Amino acid sequence: MKTAVIVFPGSNCDRDAEVALRAATGQDPAMVWHKDGTIPEGTDLVMVPGGFSYGDYLRCGAVAANSPVISQLRAHAERGGYILGVCNGFQILCETGLLPGALIRNAGLEFVCRPEVLKIESTNTAFTNAYSGGEITIPIAHHDGNYVADEDTLNTLESEGRVAFRYVDNPNGSARDIAGVISENGRVLGMMPHPERAIGDHEGGTDGRGMFESLLSAA
Amino acid sequence: MTDTSAIITAMQAEQDETSASEHGINAEEWDRLISRLGRKPNLVELGIYSVMWSEHCSYKSSRRHLSKFPTKNKHVIQGPGENAGVIDIGDGQAAIFKMESHNHPSYIEPYQGAATGVGGILRDVFTMGARPIALVNALRFGDPSHPKTRSLVAGVVAGIGGYGNCVGVPTVAGETEFHSGYNGNILVNAMAVGLADQDKIFYARGATPGNPIFYVGSKTGRDGIHGATMASAEFSEGDEDNRPTVQVGDPFTEKLLIEACLELMATDAIQAIQDMGAAGLTSSSVEMADSGGENGEGIGVEMDLDKVPQRETGMSAYEIMLSESQERMLMVLYSDKIELAKQIFEKYDLDAEVIGMTTDSGRMVLKQFGETVCDIPVAPLAEDAPNYDRPWVEPKKRAPLDMESIPEPEDYGEVLLKLMSCPDMASKRWIWEQYDRHVMGDTIDSSQSQGNAAIVRIHGTNKALAITSDCTPRYVAADPYEGGKQIVAEAYRNLSAVGAKPIAITDNLNFGNPEKPETMGYIVKAIEGMAEACGTLDFPVVSGNVSLYNETDGIAIPPTPVVGGVGLIEDLDKVATLKGAQPGDALILIGETKGHLGASLYAREILGLDGDDAGPPPPVDLETEKKNADFVRELVERGLVNAVHDVSDGGIACAATEIALASGTGVIFDPSVNDKLNTTAWLFGEDSGRTLLAVAGDKTAEYVVMASEAGVDLEIVGQCNKAAAKDLIILGTYGSLRLSDLRSAHEDWLPTYMSKMD
Repeated sequence: MKTAVIVFPGSNCDRDAEVALRAATGQDPAMVWHKDGTIPEGTDLVMVPGGFSYGDYLRCGAVAANSPVISQLRAHAERGGYILGVCNGFQILCETGLLPGALIRNAGLEFVCRPEVLKIESTNTAFTNAYSGGEITIPIAHHDGNYVADEDTLNTLESEGRVAFRYVDNPNGSARDIAGVISENGRVLGMMPHPERAIGDHEGGTDGRGMFESLLSAA
Repeated sequence: MTDTSAIITAMQAEQDETSASEHGINAEEWDRLISRLGRKPNLVELGIYSVMWSEHCSYKSSRRHLSKFPTKNKHVIQGPGENAGVIDIGDGQAAIFKMESHNHPSYIEPYQGAATGVGGILRDVFTMGARPIALVNALRFGDPSHPKTRSLVAGVVAGIGGYGNCVGVPTVAGETEFHSGYNGNILVNAMAVGLADQDKIFYARGATPGNPIFYVGSKTGRDGIHGATMASAEFSEGDEDNRPTVQVGDPFTEKLLIEACLELMATDAIQAIQDMGAAGLTSSSVEMADSGGENGEGIGVEMDLDKVPQRETGMSAYEIMLSESQERMLMVLYSDKIELAKQIFEKYDLDAEVIGMTTDSGRMVLKQFGETVCDIPVAPLAEDAPNYDRPWVEPKKRAPLDMESIPEPEDYGEVLLKLMSCPDMASKRWIWEQYDRHVMGDTIDSSQSQGNAAIVRIHGTNKALAITSDCTPRYVAADPYEGGKQIVAEAYRNLSAVGAKPIAITDNLNFGNPEKPETMGYIVKAIEGMAEACGTLDFPVVSGNVSLYNETDGIAIPPTPVVGGVGLIEDLDKVATLKGAQPGDALILIGETKGHLGASLYAREILGLDGDDAGPPPPVDLETEKKNADFVRELVERGLVNAVHDVSDGGIACAATEIALASGTGVIFDPSVNDKLNTTAWLFGEDSGRTLLAVAGDKTAEYVVMASEAGVDLEIVGQCNKAAAKDLIILGTYGSLRLSDLRSAHEDWLPTYMSKMD
């Protein structure tokens, strides 16, 4: 599996993503600088990492969604390529319209970093097929993780099986406890929790490995 | 249009003693200034002298005492005097770290004060070529019932999180305490730890004449002018009006600055580098000039202030030189690398300009609008700054706490519950859940497990750094010498407990007004106690910061010398933390229990004694500390320890309870194992040099033999409960408590407190 990580000014989980992808695939991902970088031809998975792109100024992900690299990301999505957006990456994917909905300030108004139990809603996705269902624990760390969308969108997401994960104990006020959603074609996942911080040898545990194993078998 | 001639006239105007006094320069210092300069200074020059000779920049009250600290061991690459301390951690790598205070600004404007404290300490570390890998903070607030405390806690915590989270450096450890002594002066001490290759370490020293001075980062604005001077004076009611002297942080720019600087540092472009912290462009340029030259003989600098990127129009030379705008760095580049450097900063959309040249004149020459607005010798600003031997008196020894006159409590369980939920002991989850502890992917153990020290992997290896911050102001107030020893010993013990070899410390000495002999006595004796411990434990000071004048309306804070300790873990498979105790494990105590309750948490929280009546702190035998800590480390390295906790605040009872809470297993410990001490003293006494371990229950006989061979005291004090008792904390025959009740009391205090409305 060929992978790439987009790096925006203010991204800070780009190295975490790089380490996780290297561990999963045995190969270095291409690190793509937003301004003049290129997503290499033949890339299977693009990861949009967490952080504070452009300092979260204006609105989380809003400036990054208008960065030069985004046209390449859209082209990758249109080709049916896989995209995984984590935390700020999820916010950026919502701002680009590649995923529906938006992420607003946590209901409790404070930044929150803690291990969070997630319910896997479906193991029949490219991102979750290696899991046997049930619950996993993945760390979260965000200030704006409160997922919102209109009722029709939420109903569609649920009826089409596009809610990938739900929080067991909702930490941020997300609608219907949604922690991650998948695109219509099943190739783009955005989620607030950080699977790349849960690949072992870390306080975050090991439950994130399944996601990378899933992608490995899907791609 | 800016009236440049009016600005120049104001800048060049000759100043007098009254003006100097307004700048915090006293009569004696004014005479010194005139004698060094050979004339009266103009406004720009006076401003520069005033900040460089401020307590904050010159350490004029503490310098002669700080020299008592041991600053070397076989690991130390750079001790005090540079931006941060540097230690050898093997494999060609170095850890670079420092702690610094942002007390005054955080009281006036808690969010920005704390945020820029984090930003400043990060710059100290990456200035030297290190990628920051961990943040730690030591916080002290006023009494919870004080009307300002809640909003200060909320603001400071949000500020620390807001900056560290955005920059993407994990905040992995810290301490937070409350005491009425901090009502008017909170303490915000931030520590950063970074990682560098030993052949890529950069210093402020070493610039040679004829090279370009390069300014990078944010533009200069009018914020923070005279921050260093503010940090060098007492507060009085109404000083919130000083808000304009608090800087505003931009962690996004800091993140870009880190990446850009590290990218430039990978080339051979930089000759010397200094961040612009307190006293901004003034102190950064003076320090590089003063320590410049091939042999550190000093060089000169000439800068054209019109070239300094400016955020506002019409700024005067005085404002430009004294601004403490954040996220700025000053470098001396090799002449042929200017274009390379500009390209890198252009990539990150950061300002970068050549603003002057180094010279061989030994003078600082500044020009604005084509006119010279400053021309003064560099040396008197730095190495020849005032250096006072302030008068001091030795603090009085306290009479021992008379336990005979104090009745035993009726319900020991109730006492334990009260201690575990008192503000200092209560869980700080509400705070550390607002900090990203996991970014960078190398956090092995953090505040999340509430253990003795954070463990952060050295990226790409199976080695790690252990990091702790410690201070027990109760002890220092009771006896600064013994209290000073205890702080360093506790850091040594905490690092050893997780399996790390302690290497060195940074310190942050927070005290009141040094011009008062009583306060100065605490400063001197605490430093001497700390220095003795550093010497015996081979645990030198490699960097630090002194914060004095922490007084409001004449009332000083409790003496609070904080240390940040760093240790090395060679093999991550051989560590121990607070969590991991198993049902059936034995609880063994390393170190002797004498039942010392003087200046203890018990004395303060249960007996209500918080002054001379509380008695002296536990004495510290440094040789025993070392022997005990080394023994604990050996057990951890041999993989024999399931959980570990040092015994400090609240004694054995609180240490055992914390193991139980973290491991989710009840414990029984029995005061009757010791027939020489009364129950209270055994349960809650705070004798130094002790560590509690949970180990496999069937191996205790072996450990007794090992301890005896090592000449270390070992006592089996209890065990981790099985089956039905798994949810109980049992105090021998003296009562029991449900673990869940203890957990609620311990966890609920802070969130409940923070959710109240004033």
